[in-house]
Amino acid sequence: MTYQPLHRRPKNESEVRTVNPDTTSRPAVNIAGVGAQPVAGHQPRAAAPVMELSGVSVYYGAYEAVRGTSMPIQEKQITAMIGPSGCGKSTILRSLNRMNDLIPGARVTGSVTYHGQDLYAKDVDPIEVRRRIGMVFQKPNPFPKSIYDNVAYGPRVTGMKVANMDDLVEKALRDAALWDEVKDKLKSSGLSLSGGQQQRLCIARTIAVKPEIILMDEPCSALDPIATAKIEDLMFELSNDYTIVIVTHNMQQAARVSHYTSFFTAEVDEKQERHGRLVEFTNTSKLFTNPTDKRTEDYITGRFG
Amino acid sequence: MTTSTQSAGSVAGNSLRRGRRRPIESIVQVLLVAAALVSIVTTVGIVIALADPTIEFFQQVSLVEFFTTTSWTPTFAQKAYGVLPLVSATLVVTAIALIIAVPIGLGSAIYLSEYAKPATRRVLKPIIELLAGVPTVVYGFVALFALNPLLQKWWPTDNGPGFQNLLIAGIAMGIMIVPTIASISEDSMAAVPRSLREGAYALASTKMQVSTRVVVPAAISGIVAAVVLGVSRAVGETMIVTIAGGLTSDRVVFNPLEGAATMTAFIANISSGDIPVGSLDYDSVFAVGALLFLITFALNAVSIRMVRRFREVYE
Repeated sequence: MTYQPLHRRPKNESEVRTVNPDTTSRPAVNIAGVGAQPVAGHQPRAAAPVMELSGVSVYYGAYEAVRGTSMPIQEKQITAMIGPSGCGKSTILRSLNRMNDLIPGARVTGSVTYHGQDLYAKDVDPIEVRRRIGMVFQKPNPFPKSIYDNVAYGPRVTGMKVANMDDLVEKALRDAALWDEVKDKLKSSGLSLSGGQQQRLCIARTIAVKPEIILMDEPCSALDPIATAKIEDLMFELSNDYTIVIVTHNMQQAARVSHYTSFFTAEVDEKQERHGRLVEFTNTSKLFTNPTDKRTEDYITGRFG
Repeated sequence: MTTSTQSAGSVAGNSLRRGRRRPIESIVQVLLVAAALVSIVTTVGIVIALADPTIEFFQQVSLVEFFTTTSWTPTFAQKAYGVLPLVSATLVVTAIALIIAVPIGLGSAIYLSEYAKPATRRVLKPIIELLAGVPTVVYGFVALFALNPLLQKWWPTDNGPGFQNLLIAGIAMGIMIVPTIASISEDSMAAVPRSLREGAYALASTKMQVSTRVVVPAAISGIVAAVVLGVSRAVGETMIVTIAGGLTSDRVVFNPLEGAATMTAFIANISSGDIPVGSLDYDSVFAVGALLFLITFALNAVSIRMVRRFREVYE
């Protein structure tokens, strides 16, 4: 996948992603390892950045919530963002698919590029941005519609040419590891599912529109450990086909699932205002075993935050 | 101080027994219960007041005649007691009102809830709600003396609307219930969690798609409740139909260009004339009133159920 124009829709809508069988093997992951030394993350695969942030600051009105963030997002890799509350990691995540547009007064400076295109250029259509860069939220938010209609929603609104919607819904639910649990009740409300199932439904809904990148904003923070483990397994599976960026409060989770990790913290300026700031970005195993910055080390060893 | 008094003192300091009476509390409670009872007592009172003359009426006029014959002329020499002309006129006016009010009301609600900036919404919503406070007699006269002449002037064919007609009454009534539908629908759309909108936007929806495919369906029971409430206001509305709707009731009128008496218009008209208490004419007012009461009561019951369902929808 090379040049992806955002201001116009590509002709080839129904293009199906192919899974590269070479990348499906998965290293052992210590899911039960809460409290244990974090597993040093997956080794990054050879990759190219699909997105680049450089000098990105996000403002809410006059208040600068995050300042000067620069980092790449590598293709088909999981990039984690960790840090204490109020460090701006979710704010940065939401600037990656222009969800901040929905907040009155929010403003982004610096540059966010997607395949080299400035995401905030005048002729960029945020709807096209979000078609390629999907998002899964902290609290599962299925629509009060049937399971089937939840998954079919995206393809319908984006006008995807779908030969067989049933097949597409089934595939999305299979890819989200939910099919076996819901195949007999596709007409039931999405809200009738458990929290973990709802979150996987939201993931199925997101991948049904065949995005290139999936942003996940603390997708497990409302879930129990078993549901969390399932979502983490799923994230790893999905990273064969999708680029994933995940914000998490849970350092073990970042260590378990991600290839790259960025650590954010909040700084207090002379006017006593808090500003989020990226401290360190590197591959996950290095960040957790041999961080460069003292603040990162303090955070991951539990001396701070 | 000895050790024993100290310990006794500390026990008293920790006592949970009632120290002083709070008479205000009980008085307030009685007053509040009384306030709540007023509306219940009123409703029961209305039912009792309606029951007696209604029963008397139906001792002389059979239910079959009342509900199946098609002429209502209690004040004519040739008396007839078929309520259908009144019911059909009510239906026609209400239907026209809904055709006007549902699109406008829902459109305003979607605009206010999804499109308007918060500042715009803070200004516009009270203005729309203010419209609900315009006395219906004003709507009636505006309809009859301002809107209807325009309607007659612009009517494309020769046999246009009459001096009084169901169409103009329905239009005026539609405008009257727009604020009800807009305001309650907007409340229920505003109650749709932000997270649902975000989910829809993240799936590359346009604002229109978010509004019509996610917010409106999620708020549908509140919207239905708003419409039902609008219908029950329309059915019970009196001044507009009395002034602008016409008085024909000796036959069933479905043509909205003709005038016809609705249930409420009949009651208002005959009640303002002099009819002897206890006569069949007098009782007929109560029979129609009882029917009207049952219809609006049923509509309100439906509306309350809808609102309750709508409250349970998300969690």
